[in-house]
Amino acid sequence: MSDLTNSGETRPVPFRGGGFAPSSRRWVGLVVFVVLITLAEMGTRQGWISALTLPKPSDVLKTFGELYSTGLLWKHLSVSLSRLIVGAALGASVGIAVGVMIGLFSYVRAGLVPLVAALFPIPKIALLPLFVIWFGIDEGSKYALIAFGTFTPTVVATYGAVDNVDRGLIRMGQSFNLSWWSIVRKIVLPGAMPGILSGLRISLAIAIILLVAAEMLGAEYGIGAYILEAGSLYDLERLFAGVTILSILGVTLSICIGMIERRLLRWRV
Amino acid sequence: MDIRLSGVSHRYDQTEVLRDISLEIPSGKIVCIVGPSGCGKSTLLRLIGGLEQPSAGEILQVGTPPADCLNPLTYVFQDFALLPWRTVHGNISLVLEDHGIRIQDADDIIQNVLARTKLTDFAEALPKQLSGGMKQRVAIARALAVNPAVMLMDEPLSALDSQTRELLMDDLVNLWTRTPFTAVYVTHNLAEAVRLGHSIVVMSRRPGEIREIVHLDQPLEQRGLGNAELEEKQKYLWQLMREEAQAADAELINV
Repeated sequence: MSDLTNSGETRPVPFRGGGFAPSSRRWVGLVVFVVLITLAEMGTRQGWISALTLPKPSDVLKTFGELYSTGLLWKHLSVSLSRLIVGAALGASVGIAVGVMIGLFSYVRAGLVPLVAALFPIPKIALLPLFVIWFGIDEGSKYALIAFGTFTPTVVATYGAVDNVDRGLIRMGQSFNLSWWSIVRKIVLPGAMPGILSGLRISLAIAIILLVAAEMLGAEYGIGAYILEAGSLYDLERLFAGVTILSILGVTLSICIGMIERRLLRWRV
Repeated sequence: MDIRLSGVSHRYDQTEVLRDISLEIPSGKIVCIVGPSGCGKSTLLRLIGGLEQPSAGEILQVGTPPADCLNPLTYVFQDFALLPWRTVHGNISLVLEDHGIRIQDADDIIQNVLARTKLTDFAEALPKQLSGGMKQRVAIARALAVNPAVMLMDEPLSALDSQTRELLMDDLVNLWTRTPFTAVYVTHNLAEAVRLGHSIVVMSRRPGEIREIVHLDQPLEQRGLGNAELEEKQKYLWQLMREEAQAADAELINV
């Protein structure tokens, strides 16, 4: 080999590794927001974005301030939040319970998986008139709509997660004579938790979408109602203020789940 | 408590895995089961512990387990089977929680088994922080915590590197000499078998049958590395297994 090498020339070995491992860069997300908002502000001020297409971000902020100072913000937000919390909690908890049952019992699986597959693609909002008859025109139908919307994705995520629990660990539980209930509680549920939580991220985003949809179809207060009213008056500042609230709500929920994940899934490698 | 297998056969659908196994596992002794891969030795172990039911034959417990024994037939698995979300302490308390042991008593048991496996300082560590050898020691500690009448060890050292394996074999020998336990030890490693077994059951390739049972009389604590008698036994075992292993390796897998 040595007589083949050109001994005069030395080069560092080129680096070919790296990449494919995203790490946390917190400030980048903020920079993107700031740049976009600054562009919109400049554009609307200098006139190359017409006032009909986009409101001035500073005006949106002003509207937001008014909303806050008049107390209307809290009035809209509190109704919306309580609908979201009740509906999503109902849907997610029933969804997790049904998902675990599908994961554990052959008959439940055979019976419910096709049903869930049939329910999943239905645009839940199309059922709102039906829900109004079933659960009443006021809060009941909205709770039901949000619960139903979060239920199906939670079920699918949960039974997938239960299927993925290491069978070796369950065997181990049986070999130590743990009771059925202990195995479910101490092995199956914690083992399925990563999958359940990532399913919950999707379910909760769907819950927010359905919340707004339900409120648009008939509510006096709530962010959806606020946005609908602003839209029909073509009041872009208020429309965007409402949309901003929704975005903030989504980001907050996602941060909350991130915190729960970090707390519950510390054991993950 | 002894275990007696009489005429045990097992099949999965069309595949015959075990044929007419009769075996006596006397208490206080370590019985090693060796055989080529796919000979059904792990299946045999699952049958002995009641994790699967044999297609024919019966597996009997002879005598009653001691009164303080919480789980007579206790496994140590090749992949450790530790719950990754529980600490070392939590993994051991898992198997005590269902027996209605008071917290103080459970803590005493856990302290005791951790001391016996030299893990006292790692009680609050999560499995991901431990090396392979330590994980298997945790699994052994967990098995000891329920005071088993028979330990069923399914290739417990096969996932470890050779140095760790030597260390853990010493640990097992020490544990046994202090308080002799009954064990069925499945392995494909003949060095482990001659080091730990009081008797070694050699199995043929699928369908697994008992080919020969080799007895070793030398006390466990005298079986160090480079022991001439053990070398001889190991060579003899390898001759028994060689053809079977070759044939098993050449077979098509149609499971």
